Amino acid sequence: MSENKRAGGALSVFKGASASTVTIFIIFALLCVILSIAQPAFLEPNNLLSTARAFSAYAIAGLGVSMVIMTGGIDISVGAIYGLAATIAALAIKGGVPTELSLILGFLTGLGCGLVNGCLVVYCKLPPMIATLGTQQIFRGICYITTRGYPISGLGEKFLWLGQGYFLGVPIAIYAMLVIVVLFAIFRNQTVTGRRIFAMGGNAEATRISGINIKRLYLLCYMLSGLTAAFAGIMNASKLGVSQPTAGNGFEMDAIASVVIGGSSLSGGEGTVIGTIIGAAIIGVLRNALVLLKVDSYFQTLIIGSVIIVAVSIDQLRKSRS
Amino acid sequence: MARSQTPLLEMKGITKQFPGVLALDNVTLTVYPGEVLALVGENGAGKSTLMKILSGVYKKDAGEILLDGKPVEISGPLHARQLGISIIYQELNVLNNMNITENIFVGREKKKNGFVDKKLQHEEARRLLSRVGLEVDPHTRTGRLSTAQKQMVEVAKALSTHARMIIMDEPTSSLTDKETEMLFGIIRKLRADGVAIVFISHRMNEIFEISDRIAVMRDGQMIQSMDAAEATEQKVIAAMVGRDVNNLFVKEPAPIGEVALEVKNLSTKHFLKDISFNVRAGEIVGFAGLVGAGRSEVMRAVFGIDPRETGEIFVRGRPVNIRTTVDALRAGLGFVPEDRKEQGLILKMSVQHNASIAALPSVSKGGFLDKKRERRLAGEYIDKLRVKTPSQEQRVMNLSGGNQQKVVIAKWMATHPSVLILDEPTRGIDVGAKKEIHLLMSELVAQGVAIIMISSELPEILGMSDRIYVMHDGRIKGEIARGEATQESVMKMAIS
Repeated sequence: MSENKRAGGALSVFKGASASTVTIFIIFALLCVILSIAQPAFLEPNNLLSTARAFSAYAIAGLGVSMVIMTGGIDISVGAIYGLAATIAALAIKGGVPTELSLILGFLTGLGCGLVNGCLVVYCKLPPMIATLGTQQIFRGICYITTRGYPISGLGEKFLWLGQGYFLGVPIAIYAMLVIVVLFAIFRNQTVTGRRIFAMGGNAEATRISGINIKRLYLLCYMLSGLTAAFAGIMNASKLGVSQPTAGNGFEMDAIASVVIGGSSLSGGEGTVIGTIIGAAIIGVLRNALVLLKVDSYFQTLIIGSVIIVAVSIDQLRKSRS
Repeated sequence: MARSQTPLLEMKGITKQFPGVLALDNVTLTVYPGEVLALVGENGAGKSTLMKILSGVYKKDAGEILLDGKPVEISGPLHARQLGISIIYQELNVLNNMNITENIFVGREKKKNGFVDKKLQHEEARRLLSRVGLEVDPHTRTGRLSTAQKQMVEVAKALSTHARMIIMDEPTSSLTDKETEMLFGIIRKLRADGVAIVFISHRMNEIFEISDRIAVMRDGQMIQSMDAAEATEQKVIAAMVGRDVNNLFVKEPAPIGEVALEVKNLSTKHFLKDISFNVRAGEIVGFAGLVGAGRSEVMRAVFGIDPRETGEIFVRGRPVNIRTTVDALRAGLGFVPEDRKEQGLILKMSVQHNASIAALPSVSKGGFLDKKRERRLAGEYIDKLRVKTPSQEQRVMNLSGGNQQKVVIAKWMATHPSVLILDEPTRGIDVGAKKEIHLLMSELVAQGVAIIMISSELPEILGMSDRIYVMHDGRIKGEIARGEATQESVMKMAIS
């Protein structure tokens, strides 16, 4: 009965925390310990906050993508959605639309892009990789066409709040990440729809035969992926004060890597909210470490790639042994 | 008949145990050169297992195999082929993207100076094709051939390995009458050349047309082997079905109410034709027939899993439009599919979550789960069905087959269905669990549920059903009332 009490509220972030999550958390903790010994500056509050703000973007988008990955699919168009949503919001502001409404337009762009992806997968029966490979180019193309390739700046004070603002000394972006984490944890663990998505990820056919409309669930997962990518993209444009048509090139890989490092299986039906956040944190801390330790920036990409492989290998080895 | 010859093949005392099932029990089989032996038996009788041992796919646990009177240990499919034993499976093993020649010689290409000698191969292929009477250029891509032609390519391939014995597993199941005649022509020619053919089939008329001898299996045992000339259809059927009915659970009488489900003139695009049936509250209706007769397809179409071409469905007298499984659930139907692992369960999820998955709306408020109510609901049916599990949190993949099946049934009972469809509800589960499921079915109908049960086990059909529909080749062949049904009468309807 004690599980029942623990299930409620924000603690449900940890609900379903599996051995995978524990493994990943240990890797993360080790990384932090080693780093704080090698470079005590890591532990300075300002550094910790800016690191967290930096990874909040792919943590948020990672949560959306994790819903698609939960279904056994993949969404590699999130980088392009990230760019397109910010572009649309910025164009709207420039066109005189009130900031709040422009932001909503940006989020709707993300939802719309996700809906397109979902329809391609559900109704055209495209493999998710192919569908989102195509839409990635299409969404990016729309960024270029609408901006003629130029960055959009001068977006107004209001727009900058999300990415640059602070509350009680903590960046707004971090609050946003925490709120979204809690919302996802509640959605995945406490709602009928979340449970059905879990079931569908485990066995789509059995779920369908249980009298559940799985097409709608697939669409929803892709839409959530689009929405969180849009949120991350708008947050990024707000932080920089400018919307770049190329923003988010390669961002999908950070988002997907967060999910995968976090213990989700690409074949679906597995994964936790907390795992994805730790996955994002590992990438974020690692990036920060490489800067603090003054590692040649040309080596950073290589090292991050290696860590993805090492982290997932450790988890796989543990799984195959159990 | 050249029966004075020494046998080509003798299998003696062959035994094979699979987890929980004795698939072959001390089976003996003799095959002479130049004869066509028909191997018959119900689904699950052990025919395929026996042939897979012969072709090196499975290893026997006990017994010996003699080839030309000398003992052999068949170590694998390649070894079997080297010994002159070829098998042609029902789902053909051709590589559609390669041409006929490449298919015939795949894996043992003829080489010259380290390169494939295509010319020699094509010549050889042409010779083999003419022997099986296939007038097609060997350069043709196999994917463009008809099923019958592909089968001939497989026969040619068997001949190219100097096969002395060819096993054909239901070779005519996807052939037209004309193609079947052609295949029989080839079989006769091979027989004249001294090749032995083992022919697995359910079709009595074909068996009597082509075979010299008929061997009947049942429940992993060889029951009888008879000369085709002396055999009759009755004799063969009697040998196939003569199973013990006494130790089976029998449905208890329950008051029969109004019609719960009525299906009229259901057809699908390619297979099902004009299916009409009904089931009443308190009634168990059995669907008998061979595997592939279309029983599962009917239920899938009724339940909105597969599309229907025509047909009307009435639940408690009211017409319902079932296009998806969501509609079926809403209409008060439940469906326990044949393959519980692929279609019934989410193996990675817990027993509790599997049991509640179809009934989540009843344990939630505004889309949020009420976990206490969910636990109570799952617990209620786990107890009712006596599912043996250490806890509700146990992953369902760790349960035994019988308990897994109970979880699938629990899932539907939690939705309070008025009609429950059970497709092979006791297949692959132990005797104790089987009895419990039968008892449970009896309890359910006593509470006014209508049950449709598909089963390939005649004693189960006869013991549990108030009425029996028999299907064959996508149609309902007939309806038999409880009192009038015998294993023979049902089997006879199912196979012809």
